[in-house]
Amino acid sequence: MTTTAAKKQLHRIDLIFKHEDDCKEILRNAFSRSDQEIVNEMVNSGLKGRGGAGFPTGLKWKLAAESDEKEKYVICNADEGEPGTFKDREILSRVPHKVLSGMAVCAKIIGAQKGYIYLRGEYKFLVPDLNKELGKFHDILDDLGLDFRVEIFLGSGAYICGEESALIESMEGKRGEPRNKPPFPSVRGFKGKPTVVNNVETLAHSYTILKFGAKKFRDLGVKDSRGSKVFSVSGDTPIPGIYELELGMTVQDFVDDFSDGDCKAVQVGGASGFLVPRKRFGKTTIGYEGKLTGISLPTGGSMMIFNSSRSMYNVLNNYLEFFEEESCGQCTPCRVGCQQLLKGIRAVKRGEKPASYLDQLLKLTETMKLTAKCGLGQSVANSFSSIVENFREEMIY
Amino acid sequence: MDFQEKLVQNLVSKYGRDRENLLPILQGVIDQERYLSEEVILKIAKEMSIPAAHVYGTASFYSFLDIEPRGKYVIRVCKTITCAMKGKNQIILAIEDFLKIKVGETTIDKKFTILQTNCLGWCHKAPAMLINDEVYTELTTESVVDILREYKAKE
Repeated sequence: MTTTAAKKQLHRIDLIFKHEDDCKEILRNAFSRSDQEIVNEMVNSGLKGRGGAGFPTGLKWKLAAESDEKEKYVICNADEGEPGTFKDREILSRVPHKVLSGMAVCAKIIGAQKGYIYLRGEYKFLVPDLNKELGKFHDILDDLGLDFRVEIFLGSGAYICGEESALIESMEGKRGEPRNKPPFPSVRGFKGKPTVVNNVETLAHSYTILKFGAKKFRDLGVKDSRGSKVFSVSGDTPIPGIYELELGMTVQDFVDDFSDGDCKAVQVGGASGFLVPRKRFGKTTIGYEGKLTGISLPTGGSMMIFNSSRSMYNVLNNYLEFFEEESCGQCTPCRVGCQQLLKGIRAVKRGEKPASYLDQLLKLTETMKLTAKCGLGQSVANSFSSIVENFREEMIY
Repeated sequence: MDFQEKLVQNLVSKYGRDRENLLPILQGVIDQERYLSEEVILKIAKEMSIPAAHVYGTASFYSFLDIEPRGKYVIRVCKTITCAMKGKNQIILAIEDFLKIKVGETTIDKKFTILQTNCLGWCHKAPAMLINDEVYTELTTESVVDILREYKAKE
């Protein structure tokens, strides 16, 4: 990697992709410690779900471990469908043994005998290599005496199945429609049994924590956003790709590093995330604090850069087409809301509706945020309001 | 016993009759036939002893489980934001021009279908497309025609 003297570069972390093949030793060591000790280590690390929602991982494992049920499951969520995200595929193809080790340790703690990787259909080409890796891994588990097997379950092209309860419905052979929560999967998940659903990257981080201890992980990042995060960088950048960076950076730091200088906005967290306009670059950090205020943005790692030549109307139109198609259609606020938002911005653009109609659409997104059943319908408001409020004139003219 | 019936029976005996095996079974039919016909849905329902409406309900939910006839090679061009920014429209025009069909259509010889799809996860190498399960990235109007020419030469 080249650096120019004048340019400050963000600290590249090399934990996730660092090639290590000592997973047998890591597992042997983990299995020799008490379950309580490992759970504490995970909790102390401050690791939060890397799919984007940011639920504390240690707590998720603890909740599932507390259940008396005999049958339990560990599921690795590899249904990476958020626009602008491609890190999970890279992790699964480059360091699959770290993900599998995370699953095995989780299985040992909660008492699961069976695990699944829910792999999106778009990544079907990974299956042969992953199966080879699974064969090797199962041999290691046999040597160590852990009764746990992992299978791949393929998705079939539905963004909503990245939502954990929709993912479980899909695995049960049904339409991928999210369930009412509670109960959460850690209480009642796959086949009604306690189930831990963790993102690919989350599981890979748990390997790092087991290897180096909670402290090394905790030393990275800021207050409530500990550790590193794998970012998927795309759009108008000379260096698109995958980067592991520390949490807590400002969008300005990010742009200084990844933009060609002509950047007018950055979409943080994909279509369901927020658009940050240039004037807010310095004030917005990437992490989990102040989740709802938009000052610090949680993310699954999707960072899309838009240069000054891009029409933000086209960007929003593209997102809304995406949501309209990917809404599962189960609840009215999301099903009808997405359609009306798309129709609405098109009508304003064509002059069939007055500019003030945008305010009505903003109210509609507020309603969706309050009444939609799952994160999909609730988060349409994020990109919609952040684009319409900051680039209103582009919506109209 | 016709081919379809045999296919369904083989898949059901491979995966099992429980409802949670429905998706792999439907995917198995897609691998062979590229779409799920009404007849195949009825056969699966009968074989697994679940209502045909449930099979259809699941099948019609997923974008990769087509319920309309498709060509042997299903082309899915990513249309989500980064691919859109990096010229997927030109790619589609090049494909349409080469195959002489529009998006959503299948060639008369039933060899190719052109579809658009949502984010494939190759935003850093846009524009991208799938042909069945194969991924092609960083497409240009020339490279996409070269790729299709190879498929055209295949049986």
